[in-house]
Amino acid sequence: MTQAFRIENGGLINRDKKLSFKFNGKNYFGYEGDTLASALLANGVHLVGRSFKYHRPRGFFGAGVDEPYAVVQLYRNGETEPNIKATEQELFEGLEAKSVNCWPSVNFDIGAINNFLRIFLPAGFYYKTFMWPKSFWYRIYEPFIRKAAGLGVASTKHDKERYEHKYEHCDLLIAGSGPSGLAGAYAAAKNGAKVILAEDKPRFGGSLLTSDVNIGNQSGKDWAEGIIAELKTMPNVVVKNRSQIFGYYDHNMLVMSEKVSDHLPSTKKYHPNKRLWYIRAKEVLISSGSIERPIVFGNNDTPGVMLSSAAKEYLKVYGVVVGRKPLVFTNNDSGYETAIEFKKHGVDPVVLDSRINPDSEIIDEAKNLEINIKNSYVVVAAQGYKKVKSADIASISEDKKQLGKIENIQCDCICVSGFWTPTIHLASQSGNKTKFKEEIDAFVPGQSKQNEITLGAANGEFSLEETLKTSFTAGSELSKKITENDNKIAIPNVVEKKSSQHDKFWCVPLPKGKSYKRFLDFQNDVAVSDVEIALREGYRSIEHVKRYTTLGMATDQGKTSNLNGLQLVSEIENKVVPSVGHTTFRPPYTPVSIGAIVGREVGKHSKPTRKSPMHSWHEKNNAVFVDAGVWLRPRYYRRGNENLFEGSKREAKNVRTNVGVCDVTTLGKIDIKGPDAAELLNRVYTNAWLKLPVGKARYGVMLREDGIVMDDGTTTRISENHYHMTTTTAQAANVLSHLEYYLQLVWPELNVNVVSTTEQWAGAAIAGPKSRDLLQKLFPNSNVSNEGLPFMGYMEGDLFGVKARIYRISFSGELAYEVNVESDYGNFMWEKIIEVGEEFNIQPYGTEALSTLRIEMGHVAGSELDGRTIPYDNALEGLVSKKKDFIGKRSLQRSAFIEENRQRIVGVVPLDKQTSIPEGSHLVKDDKAPLPNPKLGHISASCWSVEYDNPFSLAILKDGKNMIGQKLFAMSPLKNKVIPVEIVSSHYVDPKGERVRS
Amino acid sequence: MLYINCPHCGMRSQNEFSYGGDASVKRPELNTEISDKEWDDFVYNRKSLRGKHLELWQHISGCRQWIKVERDTATHEIFRTFKADEEVA
Ligand SMILES: [Zn+2]
Repeated sequence: MTQAFRIENGGLINRDKKLSFKFNGKNYFGYEGDTLASALLANGVHLVGRSFKYHRPRGFFGAGVDEPYAVVQLYRNGETEPNIKATEQELFEGLEAKSVNCWPSVNFDIGAINNFLRIFLPAGFYYKTFMWPKSFWYRIYEPFIRKAAGLGVASTKHDKERYEHKYEHCDLLIAGSGPSGLAGAYAAAKNGAKVILAEDKPRFGGSLLTSDVNIGNQSGKDWAEGIIAELKTMPNVVVKNRSQIFGYYDHNMLVMSEKVSDHLPSTKKYHPNKRLWYIRAKEVLISSGSIERPIVFGNNDTPGVMLSSAAKEYLKVYGVVVGRKPLVFTNNDSGYETAIEFKKHGVDPVVLDSRINPDSEIIDEAKNLEINIKNSYVVVAAQGYKKVKSADIASISEDKKQLGKIENIQCDCICVSGFWTPTIHLASQSGNKTKFKEEIDAFVPGQSKQNEITLGAANGEFSLEETLKTSFTAGSELSKKITENDNKIAIPNVVEKKSSQHDKFWCVPLPKGKSYKRFLDFQNDVAVSDVEIALREGYRSIEHVKRYTTLGMATDQGKTSNLNGLQLVSEIENKVVPSVGHTTFRPPYTPVSIGAIVGREVGKHSKPTRKSPMHSWHEKNNAVFVDAGVWLRPRYYRRGNENLFEGSKREAKNVRTNVGVCDVTTLGKIDIKGPDAAELLNRVYTNAWLKLPVGKARYGVMLREDGIVMDDGTTTRISENHYHMTTTTAQAANVLSHLEYYLQLVWPELNVNVVSTTEQWAGAAIAGPKSRDLLQKLFPNSNVSNEGLPFMGYMEGDLFGVKARIYRISFSGELAYEVNVESDYGNFMWEKIIEVGEEFNIQPYGTEALSTLRIEMGHVAGSELDGRTIPYDNALEGLVSKKKDFIGKRSLQRSAFIEENRQRIVGVVPLDKQTSIPEGSHLVKDDKAPLPNPKLGHISASCWSVEYDNPFSLAILKDGKNMIGQKLFAMSPLKNKVIPVEIVSSHYVDPKGERVRS
Repeated sequence: MLYINCPHCGMRSQNEFSYGGDASVKRPELNTEISDKEWDDFVYNRKSLRGKHLELWQHISGCRQWIKVERDTATHEIFRTFKADEEVA
């Protein structure tokens, strides 16, 4: 297939490399260096989509990031991605893309009926119409809207691509590689500053790629290439193309999305698809240029109507003429530059200039080329449905109110230029209060708030000479402040054509009796009439008008529509534009892939994984693991075909009858040292700590200042001024922070140091009636008898040559010990315990058995200490000292905390002794009571009691103290269960606690 | 993301810190009579200031020190930072 609209020579594409691609199922060819848009235009394809609301045919409007129309669904390497701008997507071999927003096809779109119904779809239509009848919403309206709307379909598959995050610091970050960015980068780089220069397009140079200028006796494009080549050799400079700085955040943090692989048929091995850069810059130079503004006229959304600058870019960069009979409609000199390019390539344009008698060097050149120019002329409306076929044009009066006789002229495209809008998004995001610049009818950055400066066209400066001067100077000055170097750069001389003043004209009046749609926002289908309705209905604030009409709310964020919308509001309201004000610019400047934002933190990388030193032993012995915070812990060790229930029951039973060993390395451990350590503990815990002897452990409960239990655990006095605190696995980090808070801020006079030692110690809990016999064999030289090592005792021992700490503490309620060794010996310790324990029928047990054992003993854990309970609720009031003060004590006097019928922990047994009660079930008095059935309490933890061989649960129950013996119902609507239960003591097994002391 | 000058470590990104609330709150002395009102003010009642605010942050992924940060809650501007025991003049 020939590329009918590709010119013979010229452009920056590589004509030696032909690429085949597919669009809407049809095969085409393009060249390396094309975008999908330029390649389609080269093939004469203008119809690429349907509009959002009316499903009108859509073509190409721009040539870059501002594109409102040509959003496609991309297929690449077996993946699909929606919301891709054809004007940004580089062509690669085998690229496939499809139109979005049309069903069943772009040429025949059922939704286009909206176009004929458009009188019924004015601003606020969705708000007004789809509200009633309510029952229609799910059945009719929403499915219809969902089918009709949208910018493509997100893949439901796991994304195979990899995305990276990178953190970077620099002296000067430059957004945009046009003349001002290049000059600033060069000057700063020469002063030795660390510079990052970011360009969103594949090619550096910005406007220099398409403008007809000379810098230092070479073409602008060659000058840009030379500068970039030199910058790339400098070690202090990073230049990045395909990299969009999309957000300017607090304290000069900017975020940039680098498309590493999107231009390739598939991502190279070990390469990311995209890389997100978090850049902390000392100074920022915003040289983001400007975007051409459309002029509003009838049917200005017809395919073939596009920005004049885009037409020029397609020609000069891609060697593509967008039409053979172009009509250029302009209110300034830029349109002439496009017309001149057409003419130079043998295409005869007609120029309509809204100005009466403009005069400039550029216009003179156009006249010398004998271009047909009509002054005081405008396009009234484009004609043609799927493509421009002709234009209704007319002369216009000086006050721009009266149209002359309408004529129709043949054309196949209309290139529009309504002057230029500086791209102030980044400056605005930085907090810069923008100001309106009358001469250019647009907002420019005002007073800088962060360390940012905006130069060149982004600052409303359209003269190249002036831009280079200010940018070289800024680059030098900004870098001088940082590096203290002052290398003078000679500013090259510039040859550019001087422009004449643009016409402050932006909207062609409707001719009498005509009702053409005149679009402001091309992506969201917002027309002049919609804004008029919004204002008629009383919307005044530009923010409200925006939300009601959706003007500027599409994915292009109104890059081409904002200012014309403001012009319209100010005209109707009879206000000046600055007093209407613009809506807020928020990041991202352009859509960013969710994958890039998430980066590597997906799947198992979404959080760190911590493993105990005994992990590989667990793996080898069929452990089934469970996430415990960031830790992986064995849940049970599977034997044969055992399931969780069977396995954990076996393990728990073995602890009650023989001996078991559990990996408790994950428990939080804090080393506390200093002469005031006991005093700190005394203030942190609710019970008394001043008299704990050396070599003894004590169980303690700590509160938050609001009286709620924060954590529990044992602390052991290792020596005179040295304590070892344990915390629950989940609260370890919080407890350390808590202690640091009080030591550093509240009681700095206490001479104590705390440090986390969680990772330094490997821990094994040995529990069961035979645990002492085992311990004696492990430590033959230690006296571990009941007298030598009593309950809550501590000693150090020698474990086959390894120094160990032995604590006689119990979570299971059995005679039990906890042995700690330095982490590196953890596996050695574990294997020795298993080996020596064999004769006592030792079995390792996991968290499920651990839970079972503690639940039937009535020991509280995280499910009871859930951030809502006080000591009394957990039957821990015996540990609350009446004599001394401690953190949170004053709160325990709150009336709700001392109520007679305060909630309290109880045990719960199903009457049938069969049915397990789902955790989270509510306890109610009457299972038949009308909803909402008053809740008396909830099941906090459930297990299968191995002692009694029936289900047993713990619950936090209102007036729990007086409820023992009562019959209630446990209801779980989630599991659809109603279980009659009896309330019993929470200490289901060994209520007197004799075993731990045996 | 804020850029916080830890008085012990230097400029560090916000993601190394955790926020600790109003730095002007003083915990009542231990073992003293405290009225309900005083205690409520200490535990619960906080002003939601717009503007300059002295607040606590902990350099949790750094030196683990609690520090005081004078920050504008509306603009996020950080004026000064102090060590825990430094007097704020
Ligand atoms: Zn620090």
